[in-house]
Amino acid sequence: MTGHAVTERLRVDVAIVGGGIAGCSAALHLRRRGLSVCLMEKGALGSQASGVNFGGVRQQGRHFAELPLARRSREVWGRLPELIGTDCEFIPSGHLKLARNEEDLAALERYAADAAEFGLELEMMGRKRVHDEHRWLGENVIGGSLAADDGHANPRLLTPAFGRAARAVGADLREFTPVVETERDGARFRVRCATGLEVSATSLVNTAGAWGGEIAAAFDEPVPIETIAPNMLVTEPLPSFITRAVGVCGGDVYLRQVARGNVVFGGGDGWADSSLERSRPSSETSARAIERALGLVPALQSALVIRSWSGIEGGMPDDIPVIGFSSTTPNLIHAFGFSGHGFQLGPVIGIIIDELVGTGASTSPLGAFDIGRFHGAADLRHVSAANPEQEGAKR
Amino acid sequence: MADPAIAIVGAGPAGIRAAEALSRHGLSAILVDEAPKGGGQIYRQPPDSFQGPASSRYGFEARKASALHLTIKRLATAIDYRPSTLAWNVCDGRLDTLCAGRGESVVFDILVIATGAMDRMLPLPGWTLPGVYALGGAQIALKYQGCAIGQNTVFLGTGPLLYLVAYQYAKAGAKIEAVLDVNPAHAKRRALFALASSPRTLAKGIYYRASLGTHGIAVEEGVTPMGIAGTDEVREVHYRRGSVDKSVRCDAVGLGFGLKSETQLADLVGCRFRFDGESRQWLPERNSDGESTVSGVYLAGDGAGIGGADAAELWGERVGLSIAARCGRRHDASRIAKIDRRLARLARFRAGLERAFPLPLLGSTLPDDTILCRCESIRVGQVKDAIRAFDVVEMNRMKAISRVGMGRCQGRMCGHAAAELLAAETRQDLAAVGRLRGQPPIKPLPMPWPGTP
Repeated sequence: MTGHAVTERLRVDVAIVGGGIAGCSAALHLRRRGLSVCLMEKGALGSQASGVNFGGVRQQGRHFAELPLARRSREVWGRLPELIGTDCEFIPSGHLKLARNEEDLAALERYAADAAEFGLELEMMGRKRVHDEHRWLGENVIGGSLAADDGHANPRLLTPAFGRAARAVGADLREFTPVVETERDGARFRVRCATGLEVSATSLVNTAGAWGGEIAAAFDEPVPIETIAPNMLVTEPLPSFITRAVGVCGGDVYLRQVARGNVVFGGGDGWADSSLERSRPSSETSARAIERALGLVPALQSALVIRSWSGIEGGMPDDIPVIGFSSTTPNLIHAFGFSGHGFQLGPVIGIIIDELVGTGASTSPLGAFDIGRFHGAADLRHVSAANPEQEGAKR
Repeated sequence: MADPAIAIVGAGPAGIRAAEALSRHGLSAILVDEAPKGGGQIYRQPPDSFQGPASSRYGFEARKASALHLTIKRLATAIDYRPSTLAWNVCDGRLDTLCAGRGESVVFDILVIATGAMDRMLPLPGWTLPGVYALGGAQIALKYQGCAIGQNTVFLGTGPLLYLVAYQYAKAGAKIEAVLDVNPAHAKRRALFALASSPRTLAKGIYYRASLGTHGIAVEEGVTPMGIAGTDEVREVHYRRGSVDKSVRCDAVGLGFGLKSETQLADLVGCRFRFDGESRQWLPERNSDGESTVSGVYLAGDGAGIGGADAAELWGERVGLSIAARCGRRHDASRIAKIDRRLARLARFRAGLERAFPLPLLGSTLPDDTILCRCESIRVGQVKDAIRAFDVVEMNRMKAISRVGMGRCQGRMCGHAAAELLAAETRQDLAAVGRLRGQPPIKPLPMPWPGTP
């Protein structure tokens, strides 16, 4: 039917489509449970949103529905060396979210009060204190809130490291293996790949990121997913001076300095086409992000930008992902559409998927992420974020 | 139909001849060039304050250089010539440029990429010591600044440029301690037949080589470089010839292993690349008209494969004529046929050069503590560890994991050696490990970026 001759057949407990951080973490945890796993990824592991993002390991500023998951994922971040053999350059530098006007500062205060109920302690800082403790900040900053145990890590390492760990315990991870068809086959799923691989599985996990909507649609539950693209830049190495991961209210710029000294920053949208599988940064977006970065950290004046990049990510209209069981098909589990802020969550998403497959339920509250929220809504693109404190770009 | 907007990047032999051919057919172009004066690397013009006849600067090529300089001088008033301008990105029919801190987007329908070549470098122990220069850099110091790179210089590597630069230094009165060619004399003898397809060029090469002897300069062929020694600066070059370890004291080294095409713009605009087994590099594909796989994007000169200055002039004119024909201008078919015949002959000569001066196989022979990627200070051993730890088989994954090629040169300097190392470590062909994808800006750009207030 698809024109691809089947050259290899596999029969497994779980088929995973999409080798980003969520899929690779799921493969590791499912395999550790003793299930047989085949993961299919159309490119290299972590080569889209999971690998090209900002690298923020951030709980602060998240939608309250995501906070319990982010709290749990932060615990996983703390034990990455035991779990996957590397800390992925995770630095718990603290995440400083900055206000550039009084309204933003008031919003930060409200958020801090509410976040405390989820156990996330945020430290409010007025103008004097934020500047005393961060002398590199620009004059336009009037205050901020600090999440002391947030930080940043190297996104290029995280997914390959999870993939390596999953392979080490026997998960079958297939790279450069695009899935062309997913369907129900009696009580099982059948997944066909362009390489001639056909996988028969009891459970199907959809961690296909920007392409997750295609799989959902194949099982009669289409969602209004959009292709989005981060717009990232990096400077030459500079002496270390930016001591925190930094974001702002509104999310139009975010930056961090890595151990080598390069300042990684971003803000705004690049260009991407998920059907062509192409993405690239935009010169205009880059110029604006640079201007805003200079406003936050004036010492970056004249620093050389050595590279910029983008990648492909799925964005949902309400800015939170789809996580949980399918509403149409038993044993189908979705986890996609992280809307630009799945990096910190990724490690725990694999654990949640494993709980769903293994026990039928997760210990984390997933109600807000149910795919059913889009039923009957033909075009939900204009549904506003449930939480006004939500940053626009939270990579 | 209105004439298309044509942009040319690079005012070397190819770019200037393309602009001239277009102009002859009543087509104007925007000619963007990084240098303050036209001529490219090979016919680089000195600053105004420098005097002296062209013959002392360009030797046998003085006539060609002067003719090209005259052409760009004449064209400057007829076309939109933009010197001292960096083209740092291209996308969707738009070239992002920077000139004296000011940014401008050049919109085009047709683009000619004539970005030329740079030195092909191979790392060896000590190659990042102060006092080590690329051969091209050593030549620029002489041509553009009238100075030598050291008091006692060693030239090391391979390729025609090795002998040309040594000859130019000797002629200028600089003291040369040794010329060390990694390729043996018999490689050149075997290539003689192909090289004889351009007898005048061959004769010049033989002359340069012979005149080093008359200046009393030691030329050793078939050497294996072991390293450049020194603490804060170059002190000595160690090498092996046969089974004998040798060294030569010096305070500067000119290092180079032929040339590589500057292909970043072709990459960003989306040209398809092929692996060229002869020169062992990835090159953008072009047809006989010089058009790439992207419609309306043409490639001229060394930027699409090393051919030398004469071929670059011909390719420039050829591309200009192709575009004129595309725009419905009358064109001279016999001129096109003549250019194509000459290009074919030069291609035979080029094949001979590749045989005479093949790029030495590096594989994974370098000691683990040798710096491979100098922008990011990454050593050979670290890269090997990364390859093993993550089962890396492809260049971009290697970059992501090891940071090689992530720095300010984006792998232009270390990319080839990194590919050789990966291929050797994973027992793959060089072509199979792929090539590094480029990202804008193709050269580092200071903050704020042009175009912002």
